[in-house]
Amino acid sequence: MPRLSSPAELEELRQKILSKRDPNKRCITICSGTGCHAYGSEKVNAAFAEEIKRQRLKAEVDIRRTGCHGFCERGTLVVIYPEEICYVNVQPEDAAEVVQSIKENKVINRLLYVDPTTGKKVIHESEIPFYKYQNRIVFGNNKRIDPNSIDDYIALGGYSALSKALSQMTPEQVMEEVKRSGLRGRGGGGFPAGWKWQTTRDAPGEPKYVIVNCDEGDPGAYMDRSLMEGNPHSVLEGLTIGAYAIGSHEGFIYVRAEYPLAVKNVGIAIQQAEGCGLLGKNILGSGFDFEVKVHRGAGAFISGESSALMTAIEGKVGEPKPKYIHTSEKGIWDRPSCLNNVETWANVPLIISNGATWYASIGTEGSKGTKIFSLVGKVNNTGLVEVPMGITLRDIVYKIGGGIPGGKKFKAVQTGGPSGGCIPEQFLDSRVDFDELARLGSMMGSGGMIVMDEDTCMVDTARYFLDFLADESCGKCTPCREGIKQMLNILTDICGGRGRGEDIELLGELSEVLRDTSLCALGGTAPNPILTTLQYFKDEYEAHIKEKRCPAYACKELVSYYIDPAKCQACMICLRNCPAEAISGGKNQIHVIDQSKCTKCGTCLDLCPSRFDAVKKISGEPVPPPLPEDERVLVRGKE
Amino acid sequence: MDQKKIDQIVEKYAGEEGVLIQLLLDVQKELNWVPKEAIQRISERLQVPLSQIYRVTSFYKSMSLKPKGRHLVSVCLGTACQVRDGPRVMDRIRGILGVNPGETTPDMKFTLERVNCLGCCALGPVMVVNGEYYGKMMPAKAEEILKSYD
Repeated sequence: MPRLSSPAELEELRQKILSKRDPNKRCITICSGTGCHAYGSEKVNAAFAEEIKRQRLKAEVDIRRTGCHGFCERGTLVVIYPEEICYVNVQPEDAAEVVQSIKENKVINRLLYVDPTTGKKVIHESEIPFYKYQNRIVFGNNKRIDPNSIDDYIALGGYSALSKALSQMTPEQVMEEVKRSGLRGRGGGGFPAGWKWQTTRDAPGEPKYVIVNCDEGDPGAYMDRSLMEGNPHSVLEGLTIGAYAIGSHEGFIYVRAEYPLAVKNVGIAIQQAEGCGLLGKNILGSGFDFEVKVHRGAGAFISGESSALMTAIEGKVGEPKPKYIHTSEKGIWDRPSCLNNVETWANVPLIISNGATWYASIGTEGSKGTKIFSLVGKVNNTGLVEVPMGITLRDIVYKIGGGIPGGKKFKAVQTGGPSGGCIPEQFLDSRVDFDELARLGSMMGSGGMIVMDEDTCMVDTARYFLDFLADESCGKCTPCREGIKQMLNILTDICGGRGRGEDIELLGELSEVLRDTSLCALGGTAPNPILTTLQYFKDEYEAHIKEKRCPAYACKELVSYYIDPAKCQACMICLRNCPAEAISGGKNQIHVIDQSKCTKCGTCLDLCPSRFDAVKKISGEPVPPPLPEDERVLVRGKE
Repeated sequence: MDQKKIDQIVEKYAGEEGVLIQLLLDVQKELNWVPKEAIQRISERLQVPLSQIYRVTSFYKSMSLKPKGRHLVSVCLGTACQVRDGPRVMDRIRGILGVNPGETTPDMKFTLERVNCLGCCALGPVMVVNGEYYGKMMPAKAEEILKSYD
C-alpha cells in the first residue's frame, strides 16, 4: 500500500476503495467473536467458503469474517448484506441452503430469530428487539468490517477523525473538544478523560506516554476484548488523536494474556497503519510522529490498575504504587503517562468527527455518550449491548435482555465487577450512569452486568468476589492481604452454616479498615460486594446465620438432596449416574439417597426427568427419614 | 532444556527496555513451563538477579514453575458461569481428576485450572480442554468428555 502523505491522499484512497466496491453486491458476514468462535464459527466460515466455490458464486458473493456482533446468545450469527437478513444459531450444515437462498433471493425461515413475546419471525437484524433498543455508535462497526482489513475501516470513514485533528485542529483544540464532550473514562473510575489528558500534557518531563488499557479483568466483562479484536483501528485512531493532543510520540497497548486474538489483530492493525503512513513518522504529512508497541499481560488482575500496569510495562512485577504519585504526571519510567481503557479511546474519533455538541447530546447530565455493557448471567439474551447513558436497568434487562430464563424471579443485577455491588429489584427503574450507580452503592466499572435470579445466593455471591480478590491481591499492603482473607473466612463460615451472630458487625468493621487504609482500589473497594449485599439482602445473611438455611438453595453445606418417594418412578437414571454411589434402590424399588455418602453434586436433580420431578433440594430443615425397606416397592398406578 | 531456544528468545529482544515479562511469556509458550535452567540462563544473559526473575515468574498466572500436563482443562468461574452452576462443574472435575485447580495429575495427563471469565458468557458454564470449548456444561457430562482425551 502506498504511504499516505496528506489528508487529501487518504480521501482519495477512500474513494478508490469505495469505487471498487458494489454496495449492492451480496456479502455474507460471519461473526467470529469469542462467543461465536466457541460455538464453532470457524467451521461455519469454512463451510460457506466451500459452498460458494461449489455453487460458483465467487464473483457474485463476498464473505467477510467480522468481529463480535454482540448477540452471543444466538451464535453463530450470519448476516447477509445488503438486505441485512439475520440468521441465528447457524451451523456448518446450513451453508448450502443459505448460499442457495442468496442465489434465489429467498429467505430461510427456520434460521430466523423468533421473537419470544410475539412468536413472530424477524428477518432484519435491526428489528430484533435485542438490537432495536441499542445505540451502537462505538460498537456498531464491528459487524461491518473484517478486523484485519484496514480498507474495510477506511471505507467506513476510518481515520478521517485523525486526518481532521492533524490538519484542521491544534492540539489545544482537540483537548478542548474532548473536554467539552464530557467523555469520562470507561475503565471504572469515570474520571473526565479530557482533564486527565491535560494533566499529562502540562506535566513536566519528556517523553510523554499514552497507554491503552486492555487488561479487562472483571469477570463477566468482555466489551474491550470485542472492540480490540473486532475493530482495532478505531482504538488506534483514538489513541493517536489523544497522543497528538497530549504531545506524546510513543504509545503502549497493554493486552491481557487471555486475549491472544486481540494481540494478533491489533498487531496486524499497527503494521497496516504504519504501512500507509497513519502511524510512524510524519503522519499524513502533518509533521506529527507517533509509534505504538503492544505489551502482553501475563495473567494478574491487579496489573489492570493503572500504576501497576505501568510498572508491568517497565518489565517488573505489576504491583500498584501509592496514589499520592499521579501516574498522569509520573507513570512509566517516572514520565508523564496518560492511560485510558479501550472503549474510552474508541470514543475519541467519534467526538472529533461529529463534534462535542453532538456527543454531549447523548446521555445524562453527568455522563455523556453511550456505554457498552456485557449483559450476562441469568438473562435470556446474553451479549454485548451499547446503550445511551441514562437508560433504565429495567430496559436493559427486560427489553434488550429479554428477561429471566425459565420463568424464574429476578433478584439482582451485579455491576462494576469485584469492586461493584448488587442492585435489587426495587431500583430496576434507576437510570444507568456513573453517578446513579455510585448512589446505589455499586459502580459502573468496566461494564459487566450480571443478572441474578432467585437461585443465586447473595451471601455466596459476596463470598465469590472476596475469594476472587483474595486470589488476586498482590499482597503488598497488609489491610488488603490480611483483611480480605479474614472477610473471606467469615463469609465461608456463614455459607457453611458456621456463622455467628456477631459476624455481620465484624464484617462492617473490617470493611471500614480496608476502605480507609488499602494502598490501591483493589483493597479499597473489596468490601463493596459485602456492603451492598448486606444493605439490600440482610435477611439472607440472617437466614444463613440463625436458621442455617440458604434461601436460594445454593450453599452446598446447607442444602440436602432428597427423593420424594411419592414421585419416584424407580427409573434408575439417578442411581446409575450418581458419582458417589449414594443412591440405593432398583427396578421397581423406590430410590433413596444415603445422606452420609451424598457429595451434593446435584447430578440426581439434573437428571431426574422433569415429568417425575422427584428429586428435591431442601435447606434449613431435616431430611425426612427414608421409607422402611419393605415399603419401597413401587406400585405403579394406571397411566 | 534447550539453551539455544532460550538464547534465541533473549536475542529477539536485544536492546529493548523492560522486556523481562514478554521474554518469560515466550519461554512459557515454547516450553510449556519455565524451568530453573531457563531462569538461570536469562539471568546470565540479561544481567538481572535470579530473585527478580523468580519473583516475576511466581507472580503471574500465565507462567508456571512446574511442568504442565498434556491436556489443559480450564473451568470458567467468571461471575456469569458462577451464577450458572460453574462451581458444580468444577467440583465434579476435581472429583474425576483428583487434583485441585493449579495442579497436574501424577500421570502428567491433565492440568486443571480455574479461569475468571473466558468472554463467552452465553455458553456458561464453560469448560475448555486444549482450546476446545464445551458450553452449557453439566457435571454429569464431564466424565465422558475427559475420557475422550488420552
